[in-house]
Amino acid sequence: MSSPLSREEVAKVAKLARLRITDAELEQFTEQLGQILEHANDMTSLNLADVEPTGHPFGLINVMREDVVRPSLNRDAVLAEAPDAEEGRFGVPRIMGEAP
Amino acid sequence: MKHAVDIAAAVNAKESSASAELQSSLSVIEEKNGAINAFLYVDTDGAKKFAAEVDARIANGEKLPLAGVPVAIKDNLCQTGVPTTCSSKILADWRPPYTATVVERLLAAGAIPVGKTNLDEFAMGSSTETSAFGPTKNPLDLSRVPGGSSGGSAAAVAADMTPISLGSDTGGSIRQPAALCGLVGIKPTYGLVSRYGLIAFASSLDQVGPFAKTVADAALVLEVIAGHDPMDSTSLPEPAPSLVAHVNDGVKGKRVALVKELYEGADEEVIASVKAAVAALESAGATIVEFSIPELRLGLSAYYLIAPAEASSNLARYDGVRFGLREQGSDVTEMYEATRTAGFGAEVKRRIMLGTYALSAGYFDAYYGQALKVRTQMIKAFAKAYEQADMLIGATTPTVAFEFGSKTSNPMAMYLSDVFTIPTNLAGDAAVSVPFGTGENDLPIGVQILGPGRSEATLLAAARVLEIADGRA
Repeated sequence: MSSPLSREEVAKVAKLARLRITDAELEQFTEQLGQILEHANDMTSLNLADVEPTGHPFGLINVMREDVVRPSLNRDAVLAEAPDAEEGRFGVPRIMGEAP
Repeated sequence: MKHAVDIAAAVNAKESSASAELQSSLSVIEEKNGAINAFLYVDTDGAKKFAAEVDARIANGEKLPLAGVPVAIKDNLCQTGVPTTCSSKILADWRPPYTATVVERLLAAGAIPVGKTNLDEFAMGSSTETSAFGPTKNPLDLSRVPGGSSGGSAAAVAADMTPISLGSDTGGSIRQPAALCGLVGIKPTYGLVSRYGLIAFASSLDQVGPFAKTVADAALVLEVIAGHDPMDSTSLPEPAPSLVAHVNDGVKGKRVALVKELYEGADEEVIASVKAAVAALESAGATIVEFSIPELRLGLSAYYLIAPAEASSNLARYDGVRFGLREQGSDVTEMYEATRTAGFGAEVKRRIMLGTYALSAGYFDAYYGQALKVRTQMIKAFAKAYEQADMLIGATTPTVAFEFGSKTSNPMAMYLSDVFTIPTNLAGDAAVSVPFGTGENDLPIGVQILGPGRSEATLLAAARVLEIADGRA
């Protein structure tokens, strides 16, 4: 039986997940993910058109509270654990190109 | 090592002190951790400070349910200023700026957190072999795994380093290592215990729970950590249930169902233990029925789409911006890719990719959507079973503790070790693993007792009956 997903699909998924994978990893992940999806055939083959999906065991409801200011995390303590911070903000590499 | 209830009684009666109990715990850790690798970090100075505070509270006349009891904390639970790594290189040097509610509640109850325990990376695994910091050894046989993902927390208790510990259970990560290390482990009802400060793997499945050597100790810890928390919006509104007071309630008149799908395919010695446990419950006054819940067979497939889908979303936050590792890149996308590629191990990458695939356009309905419908079927099937029985019984794991490397090359083989534990997580119900009998090489076997939401008191009373029948207490 051929794998339920192709090397190209696995490469695309890696890109979407912001992961770089080597050719050897591509080979291995394609095979392993294929095995897991094949195991899922017992489930994907069922006709469940009339069944409602459950995303959460007891259903999620909105939790409201009074709109009053409460203590939050200390900004300096949070930024002290960041890889890069300056002027009270997270530091990141350039997001946009040079101005034209 | 003394049991938690005995330590707390002695410290409350001023016959011992938190500082003395901590010292015995630290000595055992010092002696054994090198060989076992249960702890990734021992917070000696912090623990001594906590112990001195407990001793001062006791001197002031306070009585505390866990007075001076050393506790090990799985390293996916945040504690201010203490490294919290999830056994991943991507969080290797991170120290959280806040403390998980469960750890706060342990501290308020007088327990002494002594350090952080090893796990499969981001709790993804069943053996601790995916930890970036090396596996934990099973203290009962160093050539075998302790189970996972909470293997470090299980090994810490099994090796008498601490009498109790906390783990988290997304698909069996407390019950499976409890079974493999000969301990009591509880997967509480979803929402019974706060997840605030538990680093998310699959948010609709994750629950924090205890490990202990005895049912009474496990009940005591769960009673302390359970109950509504406004910081977790999925937290159940009720206060903590009364558990310790019901541990000796027995099973007289309870209906116990032996469920085929919860032991079928297990090793013969495991099935023999399950049947012996059923006989013990019957002798104690329970009514036994046997039935089949065919929907449970679909649990593994549904879980291995739902959990990775949620994980792929939860783990998107590890991008090198706000915490943990950053690998440089010429622009922000390259920085994300370099960071995630260097920071995550193979199992985490595999699950992120599986989840991303299951959620992607064109496959969403066939995989993720279908898995959510199977989840509905499973919840209905359990609910129907609980109309006919107060609790279900089966095996926790198909085998006793397995050897290192025996399942690492085949992800499906590893996933199958969770086949009996996964359905409870999908339903959001409660389950307990309790040691009962032994198998190959005298290694422990875990029997699993499952019940509907908030049935922990009933399940623990049944576990206590088995503990006595097995000659453990």
